[in-house]
Amino acid sequence: MDSLIAASGLGPALDLLALSPPGWGGNLLRGLVNSIQIALGAFGLGLLIGLLGAYGKLYGGPVIRDLLAVYTTIVRAVPELILILILYYAVTDALNQFLVASGYARIQISGVMAGIAVLGIVQGAYATEVLRGAILAVPAGQIEAARAFGMPPVMLARRITLPAMLAFALPGLANLWLIATKDTALLAVVGFAELTLETRQAAGATKAYFTFFLAAGLLYLLISLVSGQVFGWLERRARRGEPGVGGGGR
Amino acid sequence: MTGWLQPHRVVMMALALSLLLWSALSLRWDWLADYAPLMVEGIWNTIWILVVTSVLGMVLAIPLGLAQAAGPWYLAAPARAFCTVIRGTPLLLQLWLLYYGLGSLFPQFPWIRQSELWPILRQAWPYAVLALTLSFAGYEGEVMRGAFKGVPRGQLEAAKAMGMPRFTILRRIWLPQAVQRALPTLGGETVLQLKATPLVATITVLDIYAVSSRVRQDTFIVYEPLLLLAVVYMCITGLIVLGFRQLERRVPQRVA
Amino acid sequence: MKRLLALAAAATLALSGAALAQQIKVGIAAEPYPPFASPDAAGNWTGWEIDFINAVCAAGAMDCVITPVAWDGIIPSLTSGQIDVIMASMSITEERAQTIDFSDKYYKTPALVAVARGSGITPDAAGLSGKILGVQASTTHADYAQKHFAGAAAEIKIYQTQDEAFQDLVAGRIDATQADSIAVDAFLATEAGQACCEAVGAVADDPEILGAGVGAGVRKGEAELLARINAAIAKVIADGTYDRISAPYFASSIYGG
Repeated sequence: MDSLIAASGLGPALDLLALSPPGWGGNLLRGLVNSIQIALGAFGLGLLIGLLGAYGKLYGGPVIRDLLAVYTTIVRAVPELILILILYYAVTDALNQFLVASGYARIQISGVMAGIAVLGIVQGAYATEVLRGAILAVPAGQIEAARAFGMPPVMLARRITLPAMLAFALPGLANLWLIATKDTALLAVVGFAELTLETRQAAGATKAYFTFFLAAGLLYLLISLVSGQVFGWLERRARRGEPGVGGGGR
Repeated sequence: MTGWLQPHRVVMMALALSLLLWSALSLRWDWLADYAPLMVEGIWNTIWILVVTSVLGMVLAIPLGLAQAAGPWYLAAPARAFCTVIRGTPLLLQLWLLYYGLGSLFPQFPWIRQSELWPILRQAWPYAVLALTLSFAGYEGEVMRGAFKGVPRGQLEAAKAMGMPRFTILRRIWLPQAVQRALPTLGGETVLQLKATPLVATITVLDIYAVSSRVRQDTFIVYEPLLLLAVVYMCITGLIVLGFRQLERRVPQRVA
Repeated sequence: MKRLLALAAAATLALSGAALAQQIKVGIAAEPYPPFASPDAAGNWTGWEIDFINAVCAAGAMDCVITPVAWDGIIPSLTSGQIDVIMASMSITEERAQTIDFSDKYYKTPALVAVARGSGITPDAAGLSGKILGVQASTTHADYAQKHFAGAAAEIKIYQTQDEAFQDLVAGRIDATQADSIAVDAFLATEAGQACCEAVGAVADDPEILGAGVGAGVRKGEAELLARINAAIAKVIADGTYDRISAPYFASSIYGG
C-alpha cells in the first residue's frame, strides 16, 4: 500500500490539481461546468419531450402512439454512443443541407447545443416512459372529478395531473438526471470539452493518468451525491400531505 | 391480427420498408463483403463480453444485495459505498481509470511484468471485463437489495421455525424469491449492459463498435456503418428481450 | 440559389482580402498531439501547428477560430459543416482526397517506429513478426501498418490518440508503435520515454499511403477558400515567418523535400 501511494505520488498529485495554471484543476472545473450545463439542458429538453411523449402515448391517436413507440423503442435499444455519433454528424449535416437547399446560409451548431440536443432526445425517450407511468399512477378519481367540474384540459394538467404525479415520477427522474450527468462523458468521443475529455487531456499532458481519473471520478461522485440529496428533499416535499408513505404514518 | 393491422400501421410499414429499400439501394454497402469476417468477430466479442460480464456481475451482485439488505454494518457499509461509487461515476471513466490508470502503475513493479499473468494483463480485454463486471454488480447490487428486502418476512420466519439451517433458508427460500422479484428488471438492465459494451472500443478491444469505427476510418463512409451498427444492436436487444420473456415464463409466478 | 451564390461571391470579392464576413472554423484534433497541438494547464491550445494556423490566418486576413473536434471524426465534422478547415497534421493521401480537398503541403516528416529499449525490433515486417504494434486510428500510420505489417505482426492495436499508444508502449502492452518522427522524438524526450524506449528508424516509404506531406483540408468545391489558404501558406513560408515559428520547436526545418 505504501509503495502504491509512493508510485501514484500523492504530493505532486495535489500540485497537479491546483486551480491556477501550473495545475490543471481549473481545466477540470471548466469541464465540470460544461458537463453540468449540458446535463441540465439535456434533462430539461428530455422532460419537455417526455411530457409531450407521455401525453401523446396516453391520450394521442393511434398514429401518434405508434410513432412514439417507435421512437422510445429505437432510442432505448441503440447505445447512446452510436445515437450521439449519428445525431451529431447526420442531423447537423441534414440541417445544413436543408438550409443551403432552401437558400439560407449554413449555420454553425455549437458543441453545447449539439450535446444538449443529442442527449435531450435520448433522455426524452426514457422520460416518456417514466412520466407515462407516473400519470397512470395518479388516482383516476381525481382526474375524473376535475373533469366533472368542467376544468379545461390544460388547467387540469397544470393543477391536478402534474402536481399529483410528481411524487411518483421523482424517483425515475432522479435516475434520469444521474444518467444525464454521466452520459455527458460520452460527448468526449465527438471532442466536446466536458469533464471527461478535459481529464483525458490533462492526464495525457502530464502522464498522471491515475491522479486525474481519480479526481474526475470524485467530481462525478460529488454531483451524484448532491443530486441524491436534492431529489430526496424534492420527493419528501412532493409527498407531504400523503398519508403513511415512508414508514412515518400512524 | 386484424386489430393489429390498422390502415396507419400499413402506411408506416410501407414507409419503413421504402426507407429500408432506399438505404439498401442508394447508400454504399460495397464495403460489407471486405469487412464481413471482421464484423462477425466483432459481434462475437460484443456478445461474449456481454454474457460473461452480466453473469459475473450478477454473481457479485447477490452478496452485495444480501449484505445491504441483511448484513451487519461492517458488511453493509462497504457494499453500499461500492454501489454508490459505481453508480455515481461514468463507466467510461471507470474503464480508463482501470486501463490507463492501473495499467500505468504495473510497469513500475518488475515482478508483475515477469509473472505468469503478464501475457494476460497486457491485453485489453481483462480490463474491459473487470470494468463492465464491476459496473453491472454495482447496479444489480442495488436491485438485489430491494429484491431481498421484498421477500415477505413471514416466509423466512416460518422456515426458521421449521428448523431450517440459515444457508438452506437462503438457498431454498430467500434467494429464489429475490431472483424472481428481480427478474423483470433484469432484462432491462441487461439491455443497458449491452449498450455499455461499445465503450470497451476506447481501450482497443475489437467489439462490433470498433469494427464499424474501423470501416469509417478506412473508407470515410460515415453513416452506413453507424446505421448497420444500430440495426445490429437492435437485433441483440430483441434477442435479450425475447430470452428474458421465455425465462420469466419458465419461472413459476406463484408456488401453490 | 445561383443568384445568392453570385451575390456571396461578389461580396467576398468586394471585401477582397480584408476579412470574410464569416468566421472560419479551423478544426484541430481535440486529443493532445505534442509538439504540434496540445492544451496547456490554462486551457489554451499551444504548439507548432497552433502558431502556424495563427500565422496563416494572419497572412490571409482570415478571421479564424480554432475548434477542437475528435480526430476520429474530423473528416465527417468538416463535411457536415461543423468546421471549415482541417489543420491537424493531416497527411495528404489519395484516399482522403476523394472526400475532401487539400491545400499545398506545409510540412513533411518521415514515419518512425519506437520500441522498448533493447528489444531488437526493426521497422519492417520481419522485425515486427509476432509482435504487437500500436497505431493511432484514422492515420496514415494505421493504413501503412494494415497494409505492410498485418500479416507479420501478432496484432495491430488501434488507439484513439497517439498519446495512448505511447502510454501503452511504456506500460509494455505493445511492443512497438509507428508514428510521425516529430511525435516520436517528443515522446522520447520525455522522462518516461527516455527511460523505456528508443526509435529504431523509419519504415520503408510508400508514397501512396504515407502521402505527400501534411496539408490543410477543406470541403470539396470550396476553391475560393482553398486558394486563400494556399496563398497564405506560401506567404508564411516566403516571408520567413515559417522558420521563425519553427525555431523554438525543431532543430531543423520540418518542411521536407
